[in-house]
Amino acid sequence: MNATNMLFLDILLVIALLSLAWATLTATDARRSVILFIAFGLVLTLAWARLLAPDVALAEAAIGAGLSGALLLAAVQHHPRRALSSERQNTGKLANEKQNDSNPADLKSSVAIRWTLTLFCIALAFVLIWALLQALSSETSDTLAQSVSANLANSGVSNPVTAVLLNFRAYDTLLELAVLLTAVLGIFALSEQRTGYLPAGPVFNGLVSWLVPALILMAGYLLWVGAHAPGGAFQAGATLAAAGVILRLAGKRNIGLPVSKSYLNIILVIGSGLFLLVGLTMLALGRPFLDYPPAMAGYLILLIETAAMISIAATLILAFLGGRPRNREDRSC
Amino acid sequence: MIEVIAATLMLSGLIFFLCGSIGLLRLPDLYSRLHALTKADNLGLGLLLAGLALYQRDLLFALKLILIWLAVLAASSASAYLIAQYSRRQDTDR
Repeated sequence: MNATNMLFLDILLVIALLSLAWATLTATDARRSVILFIAFGLVLTLAWARLLAPDVALAEAAIGAGLSGALLLAAVQHHPRRALSSERQNTGKLANEKQNDSNPADLKSSVAIRWTLTLFCIALAFVLIWALLQALSSETSDTLAQSVSANLANSGVSNPVTAVLLNFRAYDTLLELAVLLTAVLGIFALSEQRTGYLPAGPVFNGLVSWLVPALILMAGYLLWVGAHAPGGAFQAGATLAAAGVILRLAGKRNIGLPVSKSYLNIILVIGSGLFLLVGLTMLALGRPFLDYPPAMAGYLILLIETAAMISIAATLILAFLGGRPRNREDRSC
Repeated sequence: MIEVIAATLMLSGLIFFLCGSIGLLRLPDLYSRLHALTKADNLGLGLLLAGLALYQRDLLFALKLILIWLAVLAASSASAYLIAQYSRRQDTDR
């Protein structure tokens, strides 16, 4: 395809992104806003694919559009539909007599906060534009990308993204997993899980019966393919979690999580735990922390990613549950 | 020659998508909108993917496209049914 056609596609993508973002922010109904946000995520996925960043596109589709969308929809469902619109009316109709009983000082401060935020966002946008222009005008040295490709042979994988995430910058990924574990603590501290959904009818059950195995298979594929092509633990974990979300929507009881609480704890910790263990083993062997021997690196990365996938999936499913799982006597399904 | 056939297939697929979108915007109620959207888009996607497969002339690529089409078919028909059923329950409850 020639450059003019691509430019046309780019302009279409940018217009779609900007208008969807605007529509998401200005929608008066929370549910409509969430659905527009999901559409925004899908167009953003296309944009990442167009920018030749399939790893980011996969993550955006699975986590940004899919799971965040499901979480937001579940959150909207448990709140009255007018939550967003009534707030909008408050600020819109300042002179309205209904507002008489509310404190005018509150309203004034909320308007002030709104303006401060707007000014802050505009300033931030200008800084970003300036940074982008700087980056575009400076010499394209790309030393980081060059050093990654120079050392790729020693990383144990041939996909540069996985090499960076699990080998060169393994510290960051370990800390990300720790952040996820902290999020689980937050979820556990919130409350018990929300009440489930009604059991699904035959059509939805039919969909579930093939979609869930297909998603599990796809998660395994994404995990395996991460070594030499776009994929990896986060995408695979999100795919597994999607299977859990579908099971929950279909009204199944144990949505892929173990019944016993101790097993659940093991599953949640295994990602960061195994990662840490591998790092400490390297220390014990006299190497720097998380510095794998090149001959073993491929196996170690696969091991860590498998454990990380399980923990990530369980964390995301727990987020969708919205609280710690109830003690379930009924062990069917 | 094959490229002309591929282009024709893709173009007719796009026409089906266009019809589906017009139906979504113009038809009066939820059921007829669902009807327009799912039927037209499923066929449109099929034609589009058939055109793409012909254009690439790669068996594995074509198989992947067929897999995508089947998954979309099953998911969209099931979700159309679920949306319609939900709306019908809401209507009868009222």
